[in-house]
Amino acid sequence: MQATSRNFKDNAHEALADPNLQKAMGFVRTGFIEKRKAAADALPEFEALRDSARDIKNHTLANLDHYLERYESKATENGAQVHWCATAEDARQTVLEICRSVGARTATKGKSMIAEEIGLNDFLEKNEIEPIETDLGEYIIQLRKEPPSHIIAPAVHVTQDQVEADFRSHHKHLKPDRPLAEPQQLVAEAREMLRQKYLDADVGITGANFLIAETGTSVIVTNEGNGDLTQILPKVHIVIASIEKVIPTLDDLGVILRVLARSATGQEMSSYTTLSTGPRRPEDPDGPEQYHVVILDNGRSSMLGTEYQEMLRCIRCGACMNHCPVYHAVGGHSYGWVYVGPMGAVLTPSLIGVDQAGHLPNASTFCGRCESVCPVRIPLPKMMRHWREREFERNLNPPAQRWGIRAWAFLARRPGLYRAVTGLQVRALGLLGRRRGRFASLPLAGGWTRHRDFPAPQGRTFQQRWAERRRESGRSAA
Amino acid sequence: MTENKNESSPLAGLFVTCLVDLMRPSVGFAAVTLLERAGCRVEVPEAQTCCGQPAYNSGDRADTKAIARQVVAAFEPYDYVVAPSGSCAAMIRDHYPALFADEPDFAPRAKAVADKTHELVSFLADQRGLDSVPGRFEGRVTYHDSCSGLRELGVKAQPRRLLARVAGLELKELRDAEVCCGFGGTFCVKYPEISDKIVSEKCAAIEESGADLLLAGDLGCLLNMAGKLKRRGAGVQARHVAEVLAGELADPAIGEPERSPGRS
Ligand code: SF4
Repeated sequence: MQATSRNFKDNAHEALADPNLQKAMGFVRTGFIEKRKAAADALPEFEALRDSARDIKNHTLANLDHYLERYESKATENGAQVHWCATAEDARQTVLEICRSVGARTATKGKSMIAEEIGLNDFLEKNEIEPIETDLGEYIIQLRKEPPSHIIAPAVHVTQDQVEADFRSHHKHLKPDRPLAEPQQLVAEAREMLRQKYLDADVGITGANFLIAETGTSVIVTNEGNGDLTQILPKVHIVIASIEKVIPTLDDLGVILRVLARSATGQEMSSYTTLSTGPRRPEDPDGPEQYHVVILDNGRSSMLGTEYQEMLRCIRCGACMNHCPVYHAVGGHSYGWVYVGPMGAVLTPSLIGVDQAGHLPNASTFCGRCESVCPVRIPLPKMMRHWREREFERNLNPPAQRWGIRAWAFLARRPGLYRAVTGLQVRALGLLGRRRGRFASLPLAGGWTRHRDFPAPQGRTFQQRWAERRRESGRSAA
Repeated sequence: MTENKNESSPLAGLFVTCLVDLMRPSVGFAAVTLLERAGCRVEVPEAQTCCGQPAYNSGDRADTKAIARQVVAAFEPYDYVVAPSGSCAAMIRDHYPALFADEPDFAPRAKAVADKTHELVSFLADQRGLDSVPGRFEGRVTYHDSCSGLRELGVKAQPRRLLARVAGLELKELRDAEVCCGFGGTFCVKYPEISDKIVSEKCAAIEESGADLLLAGDLGCLLNMAGKLKRRGAGVQARHVAEVLAGELADPAIGEPERSPGRS
């Protein structure tokens, strides 16, 4: 996917003016938040489970090479073919070769953020393999030729009316006057469209929420069951996952699953949790003949040992974006790449470079709500600040901003001078603003006064008034 | 609790905060009143300017550390450091120790000051057990939980507890009180449109609350919300919670014109 993160401000400007987007985001602002809270409050050990989930991921990351090797040897024992891919290009080629080896014409797909990260759909299409998204949200955005705007609810930016219009314009062979006003009718229609495609597909591609080292198992959680049909019906199942998806044991999976769905949608468990351990064995009633696991690095290993390592704990629940006021305001597409919201603001600069994605870690109020709900307690604001530090070191932020900060800091480091300069400024502003109490516009403060009034200062600084009060009380005591 | 100060009373250093110093000194005086009421002696070191957040959140670590060193040195002599702001208190309390973690000479000094630093209202309620306040206010107020105080310092119940002691005051809880107001320090001028969208939502909730007066514990957020309320033509006024608790309401509310003499 071509990143437009550099244009974050323009993207956000458009998003703020888009009534459909603003309407669609209403659900995120309320629904996800209330549901998560109810689920978290209903489980007394929820906070303790978050600690355990964090510790499991930390332990795994500290021993990542060990667990990845363990996973590979177990999976291979079970008959899986494991493919290590350093870059997005490697991963795309690997998937293509597997598809070609069986003469595939179509591939069904379960929801996978890694597939988005490597731009798999476009690549397969260019190579004459038709990718068919089977997750309802992914199906909708595939029709609309859009990237996802949320990591678990890819079409959250689309209103129901827009979906209805899209279905009517794409499903031309169906009766034009059919009823489609109810969500269930939309779901049923999408299912109907996909039914035959599941059966015809030569390859099924899914992501993985987890890879279990102890058993060589890949795990997906979904709410629609589409992942199961995608991976069971075709001859070949390809799992695409990134290196940090590995966790040590099935017990660890049990812990993490208890926080994942609660954090994501407020469910106790997602509707389907599917474990895949190798291709179909002779005694199995169904399953793929070939089972491939493509494991992608794409820059993640270089985050190990840095201040960004903790980001690799992320289990992609989406809670951080669901609780982010900036994400609520501008939606996911403004972020300009696959990962959005607070997790995207940290991860995107790591994966595509801070020179491309420098806006993202800056476009945060540091309100901290993301960190307060992250099931694996990733200190997202702290890491965004680290990115700001990297930018400052490399002179990447706009010169006016840099010089503003440096000039202010020059004063702030010299209390005597600071008092003299600010005392005069405040005095002048106080006098000018006294009658109205505020300014509707002020030179150099356009960013503020375009949207709100600037309250006038009271006129003298606290330090001036305090010194005066001390002098007076000294006099009266004498 | 009554004022009863002598040499053995704890000595609180008031960290005025740059915004209160420059924009609204009356909040600083209200803080002094409340601290004295809670049995503290109060001093205001001259060598303070700002806690360093503007530099810190802009990625300018070197300047942040220089400013932080200055604050630590200025406040070492006190029993407590108290700030009428959750975000400045959290900066000193949570972030200073992290900034100097790799400087063994200075780290203990930063840690010692951090450990005795408090946000004003939680200090009064939790550390000093203040259970009566001088303020009186006839009217309905609503309260916005500023992010740093709420999430970094756990300031939530304390202001409500003390506001319940203000004679005449009726608290109307604010919908989404824990959602950010969109200020974010330099964020509001770096991303003005996004900030505007967030503060507009906040103002809609404030107006909906039916309160006459908005309170919060951080002047940055208050300037943002008051400025937006005025621009929207809303009738709700805004003040720092300390002003109401101390009963020091002589100065006009934030962004309001000076009362002309002869009228009250
Ligand atoms: S950063 Fe945390 S809250 Fe955000 S998606 Fe990842 S695990 Fe979930």
